[in-house]
Amino acid sequence: MFGYIVRRLISGVLVLIAVSMMVFAIFFYGPNDPALAYCPESRCTPARLANISHNLGLDRPAPQQYVEYMSGLVKNRHIESGAISIDCNWPCLGVSFKYRVSVFDYLWERFPATLSVAVGGAIFFLTIGLSSGIFAARRRGTPADKAVVGASLFISAPPYYLLALLSYLYLVQAWGIFPETGYFSPFTDGPAKWVSGMLLPWIMIGIVYSTQYARFSRGAMIDSLNEDYVRTARAKGLVERSVVRRHALRAAIVPVVTLFGLDFAYLVVGTVFTEKIFGIQGMGLAGLDAVQRTDLPMVSAYTLIGAAFIVGANILVDILYSVIDPRVRLS
Amino acid sequence: MTQTNEPVSPRDAGDSTEPTSTEVPFLVVEDLTVRFPTADGLVQAVSGLSYRVEQGRTLGIVGESGSGKSVSSLAVMGLHEAKRTQMSGSIRVGGTEIIGLSNDRMRRIRGREVAMIFQDPLTALHPFHKVGSQISEAYRVHHDVSKAKARTKAIEMLDRVGIPQARTRVDDYPHQFSGGMRQRAMIAMALVNDPSLIIADEPTTALDVTVQAQILDLLQELQKDFNSAIIIITHDLGVVAEMADEVMVMYAGRAVEFGTTRQILTHPEMPYTWGLLSSIPDVTADPNARLIPIRGNPPSLLRPPSGCPFHPRCDHKDKVPGNLCSTTLPELTTAQHAEGGHVKRCHLPDPSAIYEQEILPEIAPDLVEMTVNDEFPIETGTGLVEDSTSDVALPKER
Repeated sequence: MFGYIVRRLISGVLVLIAVSMMVFAIFFYGPNDPALAYCPESRCTPARLANISHNLGLDRPAPQQYVEYMSGLVKNRHIESGAISIDCNWPCLGVSFKYRVSVFDYLWERFPATLSVAVGGAIFFLTIGLSSGIFAARRRGTPADKAVVGASLFISAPPYYLLALLSYLYLVQAWGIFPETGYFSPFTDGPAKWVSGMLLPWIMIGIVYSTQYARFSRGAMIDSLNEDYVRTARAKGLVERSVVRRHALRAAIVPVVTLFGLDFAYLVVGTVFTEKIFGIQGMGLAGLDAVQRTDLPMVSAYTLIGAAFIVGANILVDILYSVIDPRVRLS
Repeated sequence: MTQTNEPVSPRDAGDSTEPTSTEVPFLVVEDLTVRFPTADGLVQAVSGLSYRVEQGRTLGIVGESGSGKSVSSLAVMGLHEAKRTQMSGSIRVGGTEIIGLSNDRMRRIRGREVAMIFQDPLTALHPFHKVGSQISEAYRVHHDVSKAKARTKAIEMLDRVGIPQARTRVDDYPHQFSGGMRQRAMIAMALVNDPSLIIADEPTTALDVTVQAQILDLLQELQKDFNSAIIIITHDLGVVAEMADEVMVMYAGRAVEFGTTRQILTHPEMPYTWGLLSSIPDVTADPNARLIPIRGNPPSLLRPPSGCPFHPRCDHKDKVPGNLCSTTLPELTTAQHAEGGHVKRCHLPDPSAIYEQEILPEIAPDLVEMTVNDEFPIETGTGLVEDSTSDVALPKER
């Protein structure tokens, strides 16, 4: 088991190294000369550009620059170019062209907002999705089941951003049913304010994401409720609640875990629509902003962090599998 | 087996000879009908079925797939989904009528009074839970004991059913057990609450032939210790010959013949039973000899044949005057070779003569002889062989 985790971690690190190389290649060989970002548009002569390139070390061979770039993961870096001199503390993934600060620090500052959206949203969509899926599976073929499946299809038909936008415009702006959304720190602003700003995003993510969990868990539960071992559990004389939770759900949860691992990773990296529509200053918005301003270090760092979360989620899902299903436990 | 036993007689509307047993049978099924409404119509899975099982006795229920043998025993467990099933008649377990019993009261009977051993232990045991915890879970449902006590009980039961090193194997998962050990664990789980009735639904079908006999022996041994009644459901007459005191042959949801094992195996009077006996391979015969299958297919339970449900497949229906077979359902009537409660559902005027002249020469002789001579364990073409310890001696799987 331990060896298995170590092997998965090593392969995860290898994937991340490959991703970092690709990110770096796009940065380095891409159509945008990074030095341009430090060259004032009005007075940018070719000589000046070359000078800046030299000062930034951009004229050195790519592998050397890659190593220097990656060295930020293990030590502090100091980035200097003419009048600009920035300390980029560990972990350093470069300095933003626009804000002249460590991109990692910049993104990390926005991580709590994104994490709040992700964790709260996940709690909502898992609760709504699993409970309605189990509810429908146990009443398969009845009007209640059909209502759940129908509602799930109906809600998932329009795009998420449309529903989120409409909910914001009507429920917050027009009718004022929900308080103004946004991120407030639960520690400095207080939990009540944190919840009030996050409630509508959580509910919207909860409802929209829950639809696929409802359908998924319904299907998995219908399968597992028909399993012989569930009949055995009933034959033992277990109460229905134990039969459903300990026996049927335990088996049905496996495919749900896969779905959840990836969904949650994407949420943690930041949901651009949610953050944009509800005015939450999170990582997704920072990433979008960086793309619009061709802030290459920011885009690179955002991509790398996103890749790290997704690789991490995959490893976590694999480990969870073996916790849930003993047959998966590999030596 | 002795002839003095009081037969567990399926009762017929016209049959007034009530068994005069001093003990009330533990299980009394009377006129049980089970139907499943489906989109295509009403599936008549069991029709007018009556039988009884007494403490310490074994009833074998024989029939092909769809004959209603599993459906009727799941009804005894109360395991049919009430919303999807129409049930009528009466099932009394230890004196309690269970048809129409509330879920909660039925739950207290399940596992405690009546336990079930399923066909395929690989799918019947939960793959994600330890064998020991599945057994102790069954114990804790009906006994208010600590987890530690239940675990001790689980180890005791595993040991009792012949799992070596029960103390360590209790923490194994089902996939770490061999097929035979899984079925032993299943039996341990069924017996942990000392139930009065055990229903074994094809308990050896999914097992290697070498393991089948061991499992049957184990069941018999445990039956003696626990004095429980057993219903063994099977399509294998070899299993019946070894295990059962009485046999009920089912066809299309009805009992078509009933008697002691000896009566059924030596003097069967229903052409369907003859068919079952003829289709058993004979190990002493020419290996190239063809088996004699029962021609045709099992009847549709949506639209059962008129008259005797077996008549479309019956080779002897022309020996019945008129077209009685296709118009009138025969009642269960006393057999020609009536000793005890041997009954059959057939219009044939002289089945005994037909059996002796036409059927007997075709049947694997060892099965019949074995039954007559009471030689157990049997070694017949049904795939039962002498005990082997290979299963138990298997090393722990990795």
